[in-house]
Amino acid sequence: MRFRSLTAAGTVAAMLALAGCGGGSDDAGASGPADLRMTIWSANAKHTALFEQIAAEYKKTHPDVGKITFESIPIENYTTALTTQIGGGNVPDLAWILESTAQDFVTSGALAPIDKDPDLLPSTTKTWEKDGQLFAYPFSTSPLGVFVNTDLVTAAGRPAPAQQVAAGNWTWEQATATGAAVQKSGKGGIVVGDFDYKGWDTLNSIWAGWGARPWSEDGKTCGFDQPEMVAAMTAIHKMVFTDQAMPGPGVTKDFFAGDAAMVVTQISRAALLEKAKFKWDLVPLPKGPAGEYAVVGQAGIGVLKRGKHVDAAKDFLAFFSNQENSAKLAAFFPPPRKSQLTSAVLAKANPLLKPAQLESVVIDGIERGDIKTSHTGYAELQQTVRAALDPLWKPDADVKAVMSGVCAKVNPLLAK
Amino acid sequence: MTLLASKPAPLVRPPERAPYWTMRRRDELAGWLMVAPQLVGIVAFVIVPLGLVVWYSLHEWNVLAGTFDFVGGANFEQLASDPRLGPALRATGLFSVGLVVLNLSLALFLAVLLNQKLRGTVVFRTLFFSPVVVTLVAWTIVWGFLLQDNGGINGFLDLIGLDGPNWLRGESTAMISVIVVQLFKGVGLNMVLFLAALQGVPAELYEAARIDGASAWARFRRVTVPLISPTILLTSILTVVGSLQVFAQIAVLTQGGPGTSTTVLVYYLYQQAFQFHHFGYGATISLLLFVIVLALTVLQWRMRRKWVFHES
Repeated sequence: MRFRSLTAAGTVAAMLALAGCGGGSDDAGASGPADLRMTIWSANAKHTALFEQIAAEYKKTHPDVGKITFESIPIENYTTALTTQIGGGNVPDLAWILESTAQDFVTSGALAPIDKDPDLLPSTTKTWEKDGQLFAYPFSTSPLGVFVNTDLVTAAGRPAPAQQVAAGNWTWEQATATGAAVQKSGKGGIVVGDFDYKGWDTLNSIWAGWGARPWSEDGKTCGFDQPEMVAAMTAIHKMVFTDQAMPGPGVTKDFFAGDAAMVVTQISRAALLEKAKFKWDLVPLPKGPAGEYAVVGQAGIGVLKRGKHVDAAKDFLAFFSNQENSAKLAAFFPPPRKSQLTSAVLAKANPLLKPAQLESVVIDGIERGDIKTSHTGYAELQQTVRAALDPLWKPDADVKAVMSGVCAKVNPLLAK
Repeated sequence: MTLLASKPAPLVRPPERAPYWTMRRRDELAGWLMVAPQLVGIVAFVIVPLGLVVWYSLHEWNVLAGTFDFVGGANFEQLASDPRLGPALRATGLFSVGLVVLNLSLALFLAVLLNQKLRGTVVFRTLFFSPVVVTLVAWTIVWGFLLQDNGGINGFLDLIGLDGPNWLRGESTAMISVIVVQLFKGVGLNMVLFLAALQGVPAELYEAARIDGASAWARFRRVTVPLISPTILLTSILTVVGSLQVFAQIAVLTQGGPGTSTTVLVYYLYQQAFQFHHFGYGATISLLLFVIVLALTVLQWRMRRKWVFHES
């Protein structure tokens, strides 16, 4: 009998908890000022200071809005933590969303539609649209470039990449030769930012130069076993194990600490070079067999449909991303606005970069770059490909067989 | 007369009611009050979550869309046909067997060694126990650096002329690495438990065995092991249950790789529930883990009659 009472109490508690977890509440009509909360992954003090400054200005004209907080979650578990918050009923009002999970958020209906400013470049909004509606503001559209430690390159007796760009022979072949020369000295050659032989999707900065894609445009067909991808991965494998131009698996070299010749990463990382003790440069991605190309990383800010104050959040996002604030944000996050993609605006926000670098890497990159890989159910795809690609990272790997193996594992997921 | 004839009605006293708060009831109430906080904890943190897990396992929960649909046994059917479950169970089995065997043997070996009356044993006891109190993630991160291809372990091997493998990148070496990291983290606790048990073995039994001409190995096998067998049972249950719940080491060191060689059951359920957002299926996997832990614990508990010498 007592056991039955306990079980009944447990069941009631479970039902109550479930009722709390099942869906977000909408207390938009509740009295008192609305507090807004936005999850972000950056813990950079300069970023949060700017966000808070924009929030403070917004509050001056919006007494109906109470506190606006920016909650930083580490990038490693950002999306996992965000979705856990949503599942637990602790839904933020706004969220910074990474491009890899854009389709999950947009297609699931988790985000509320927002107004589309005609000034936004169509190439920057593509990932965040569905049925003609925009579901997140692509506030950071950051092209990938190659930061170069010119001291290390010169010491290795190789021509500076900027000279090779000017001469028109800045290719992956040349970059590999430079990386190999520097690695012989014990430093790292070419580092692909955030790759670490697990985050394979960052290799799109290389394989796009071969015209390769992990899956077709409609997301239904695997591209890993296609000739372009096999050729690109063969080149990368050779770069690591034969030419030894890239630090191998399990070897860490930090470019920003002066330990590597080059790093392929987003230009927003330039801030890390503020106190660099070496001479550095920024050049576009080297030419691949498919010619010149650009790749862009992106982040959007969306309003969560199940947040407590959807309308207030939309209004704040419109203010946060208006012309004036977008120009301020350009100091860290390249803007998606046509009117602000000028070297004059960008130079003001990025004093570390020269106008020529801004022109060739940033403006050119945003205008014609491919947005990084995305797909619905991306986390599962990411893990599946990671596991299937692991056999590639051995000196004697059969590249073609590994790539076919990747497709065998990925096809059931793409077919869903 | 009349008055005399009519006898007054005998005074019937109502039976005296026994006081409700008897000593027995008071004791009972005191008992319930004392266990109440624990009971509330068990209901809130064991029974309710367990009930919720069963409830979730019958549903498909799309966190982003905010839908929660009843799917009956669909998640269990998926579990039965999941091609990734076999490798996850195999990795779990490998990790558990490796850890339990190494941990118990090393802990017992160290305990016997440090039970000697020699100089410096206190220092060594502290040294071996100290990892137990170190934060698990910090411990694992440090080992992650040491196990890198150009890390401290291979640097040391290089000094003595050996070429170390890329520990976290090889399918067999990655699992060995995770086991060793966990072994050094937890061996101190079992060592202390064994030490306590060893110090409870009466010296006269060793004395008698010695007089009977028993060798050191015979004394260990015939005297020490039977007398500390309850502690061996306790440590084996704790270590087996702990090994089945390994998570942080995998998440920090290998993320389940290379391939799926270190994707143990807990890590797999974390991936399904929290990374892939299949919360219902994740709950189903956690029920499987619960059944495995329960079955192994019951099995060990039943086997105690065969090999535990005495129980206090």
